[in-house]
Amino acid sequence: MDQRDDIIEYSLYNHHSEEEGKKLRKKIWKVTLILSVVTAVEVLLGALIKQGSDMWLTVKVLFIVLTLLKAGYIVLTFMHLGDEKKVLKWIILIPYLIFMVYLIFIGLTEGAAVGAKM
Amino acid sequence: MSGHASNEIANVGWDGKGSPFSVGYGKLMMWFFLVSDALTFGGFLVAYGFIRYSFDGAWPIGEETFDALPFLHGSYPLAYVALMTFILIISSVTMVLAVEAGHRMDRKGVTKWMLATVLGGLVFVGSQAWEWSHFIHGTKFGKVELSDGSIATAKGEFGKIQSFEVVTAGAHTNVGDIITDENISSEEGDLMHAFQHAAAKRHLSGSAGALMITLHDGTVAKVNKDADTGLELIVKQAGNDHAVSSAADESTRISEEEGAVALYYEALAKGNVVYGANLQENEYGPQSYGHFFFFVTGFHGFHVTIGIILNIIIFLNVLKGTYHRRGHYEMVEKGGLYWHFVDLVWVFVFTFFYLI
Repeated sequence: MDQRDDIIEYSLYNHHSEEEGKKLRKKIWKVTLILSVVTAVEVLLGALIKQGSDMWLTVKVLFIVLTLLKAGYIVLTFMHLGDEKKVLKWIILIPYLIFMVYLIFIGLTEGAAVGAKM
Repeated sequence: MSGHASNEIANVGWDGKGSPFSVGYGKLMMWFFLVSDALTFGGFLVAYGFIRYSFDGAWPIGEETFDALPFLHGSYPLAYVALMTFILIISSVTMVLAVEAGHRMDRKGVTKWMLATVLGGLVFVGSQAWEWSHFIHGTKFGKVELSDGSIATAKGEFGKIQSFEVVTAGAHTNVGDIITDENISSEEGDLMHAFQHAAAKRHLSGSAGALMITLHDGTVAKVNKDADTGLELIVKQAGNDHAVSSAADESTRISEEEGAVALYYEALAKGNVVYGANLQENEYGPQSYGHFFFFVTGFHGFHVTIGIILNIIIFLNVLKGTYHRRGHYEMVEKGGLYWHFVDLVWVFVFTFFYLI
């Protein structure tokens, strides 16, 4: 095979053996099961518990927690970020999370204030 | 250029040591792109939250708005979107299996799983097309403004329209003609379509059970329609006589016993009805709800479409053996990152548009 200059060694770091692959596939199917079950639970709660009932606030918070759980599994396992170098993982997550927390806080606070005025 | 040249560049960049991230250039850039794209979607969802928090009134409720299934009558709250979510999750799984196969240089495995991913993506976009179509065409009842100024949506089984019986002849009809779905003019479409069109254009008059319709060609006809069963009005915006119905308590709806049928057909005969959704108005809730629904799910659908195209290109390259010759399947991994991101966005859209 010709030596190619576009091969950056990092691309080859990710190769793994048959046994490692087996372990990885097991993990993938486990995460699949978790994501499916969580989605089923969400839909069931959505269909059974009505908006405005006493339980609604709890369910709403639960929805958000379950969503973040699903997002965590997708980002860390499927997108493999959990197994990348720590510095890469945090340089992706920390700025994003700081900004989003701020934006959610400001967006909802202002939204409620505007609503109260009208 | 030779292998030597890239080593030199690497040496200049990192002073002979490894990259701090130890990932390829393309993968790192894909991550940076995804962070910016995630900020865009985050901005959209926060904007949606802002509008919802500032809205003073009843916001559309997911399980009431999205309760239809293709080919089936009746109410199946959230079943269809749950199916769509499941399809996207599965297609994410086949993608991650393709990436895993690539790490073992298993060309056959990559081919198989990439093909499955592309198919999953197509099924998802197809499902979304059906959902949009349903959302745009709306329910059989639509949303009505009652005589007291309150605004309500309706639940129940819409009685079938059997025929129109011509009372005053039009350009193409004679008195006594029976118009059915078989002989209705193509301009009118079908009976249901003609009925909704007439209602929205104030071409319907009379009351429940004795409605008269005016068709395009000037024909005036009596509407032969089965009675609706279990009609209930869900008040979304209070008027003089009716308070907003609570989603948790069905007894706050206007039931048949409380005169829902008369109220509904009175509104219909006045033309105070909205069917389906467009960018000006929609039957589900405030105008901004329709805007956000179309924009956010549309922008996500656009991302899925782009993802399918990228996945097809990668799939063809796998078939050609491009990546095998290159010695690694990192391109599958990069495409995979984007594809998982699309799934990730849907997880949030699902929660904020359908569940909460």
